[in-house]
Amino acid sequence: MLQTEAIQARRGGFTRRKFIKGVVAAGATASVSGYLFRGSGIFAPMLTAQGAVERLVTLTVNGQQRRVDVPKYETLAMTLRYQLGLTGTKLGCDRAECGACTVLLDGVTHYGCSILTHSVQGREVTTIEGLEQDGELHPVQQAVMDEGGFQCAFCAPGFAMSMVGMLEKNPNPTREEAAVLLSGNLCRCGDYDKILNTAMRAAELSRSRA
Amino acid sequence: MAVMRDMIPPFELYQPTEVDDAVRLMRQHGDKGWVLAGGLDTFDWFKDRIKRPEAVIDLVGVEELRGISDGADGGLDIGAMTSLTDVAENADVMNRYPLLAEAAGLVATPQIRNQGTLGGNIVQDTRCWYYRSGWPCYRAGGNVCYAATSQSMNREHCIMGASRCVAVSPSDTAPALVALDAEMVVASTSGERTWAAADFFIGPDIDIERMTVLKPGDLLARIVLPAPWEGARWYFEKVRDRKAWDFSLVSVASSLRVEAGMIQDARIVVNSVAPYPVRLRAVESAIRGRAPSEETGQMAGEIAVEGARTLRHNDYKVALMRNLVKRSIRDAA
Repeated sequence: MLQTEAIQARRGGFTRRKFIKGVVAAGATASVSGYLFRGSGIFAPMLTAQGAVERLVTLTVNGQQRRVDVPKYETLAMTLRYQLGLTGTKLGCDRAECGACTVLLDGVTHYGCSILTHSVQGREVTTIEGLEQDGELHPVQQAVMDEGGFQCAFCAPGFAMSMVGMLEKNPNPTREEAAVLLSGNLCRCGDYDKILNTAMRAAELSRSRA
Repeated sequence: MAVMRDMIPPFELYQPTEVDDAVRLMRQHGDKGWVLAGGLDTFDWFKDRIKRPEAVIDLVGVEELRGISDGADGGLDIGAMTSLTDVAENADVMNRYPLLAEAAGLVATPQIRNQGTLGGNIVQDTRCWYYRSGWPCYRAGGNVCYAATSQSMNREHCIMGASRCVAVSPSDTAPALVALDAEMVVASTSGERTWAAADFFIGPDIDIERMTVLKPGDLLARIVLPAPWEGARWYFEKVRDRKAWDFSLVSVASSLRVEAGMIQDARIVVNSVAPYPVRLRAVESAIRGRAPSEETGQMAGEIAVEGARTLRHNDYKVALMRNLVKRSIRDAA
């Protein structure tokens, strides 16, 4: 949304363009609100107190600037999945335990379920969708293909992001070091041995490409 | 856990960039305000809707709370918002205070250490699940402890220092900081105040609803590591059910100054056995002038567990603590 529109919207003004956009977006809005509570008063317009943050934020996701209207209590994983459509980031436990929501902030792994979207403004967010560059798979993605390291693979995007973070930290890990660096992710299929094979293969591929 | 259950109720969000503004906001909102650092303690409370603050003061933008620098009188100053990864991997901390680097590096998982802060690890609330599940216990303002009944699941709870509440301090860095005689610098609208780490953590006999001296409006701003314990012999061990993620069942941190084969001075601190990190002063004075040997460690272990009072499922903690205290003296390096 343009800056002027944002200001107008805040003042309660309404442009013709915004009206049409609003009609088009109505379907999307309804689906977004599907996971909100009903009848809890959440939809009543919350006036922003003086000095508090505005709901409209600009996020840098996978190298793109995304302008998005985010409730102040929303976590990054929710915004990525339900507002930006980046459903590669999974929500498992939603409690900073399982690692399915792992994303990179400025190249460092974080649990997307346990950080407010408003707290990541100005930082580079990288999700699983942002790994592939110009049609070429990231070494981690290639390693997943080569090793077939997952069964149900619900945990795979989170593990893959942790592997990217791992390679950033230690491009040449031992199997044991890889296990420690990936210890923030859980696999309910218990496929850890193959996942570690994948991690070691990813390290090998990324070294040979460098 | 269903997504519906995990939705956080709305709040007003503030993102100050200066400590002064942060403490002013904290004062303005009093006990209806909530200070957000890394969020690893916070979001469980919010998602369970047990804590429902009106205003959240997010410290992510306060740059002066982040970073590690040389202290005014030697030693090191660490901003409370410095991530646990940055503490664990900082060259100064690793070389001069390896005890703290080790403790910070054993917290939870890589992702949690990347996001979680040193300040947050220190002031986090207890993990007693009766309390965290919203039961109206003593700590939550009620008049009963659900963890100390004959049918309670209390394997992780206190063996000492209990007073009505039997929850334990979960922090890994807290015992290390007490063992290094660290100082906690607390900011508020009335200025800064410094607390010795050993006095910073309080038990339920002093205030059953708080784990530390911090009251609404107080902000832990930085941690000062004093010069005297720099380069001392040290030991840290955290025992937990899993090798990652888990909180400690018992942890021990020690600093030893040894000259001519004899212990000149020592700090021995055990955590997750009481509602605060326990500095074992009786042990410290008993081992002074002795060699850091198996025998001294054995004796220290026996003294350490004197007066322990177990609950139904946690008597293993006595043996664990006895052995960890022994190792913290015998194996300090």
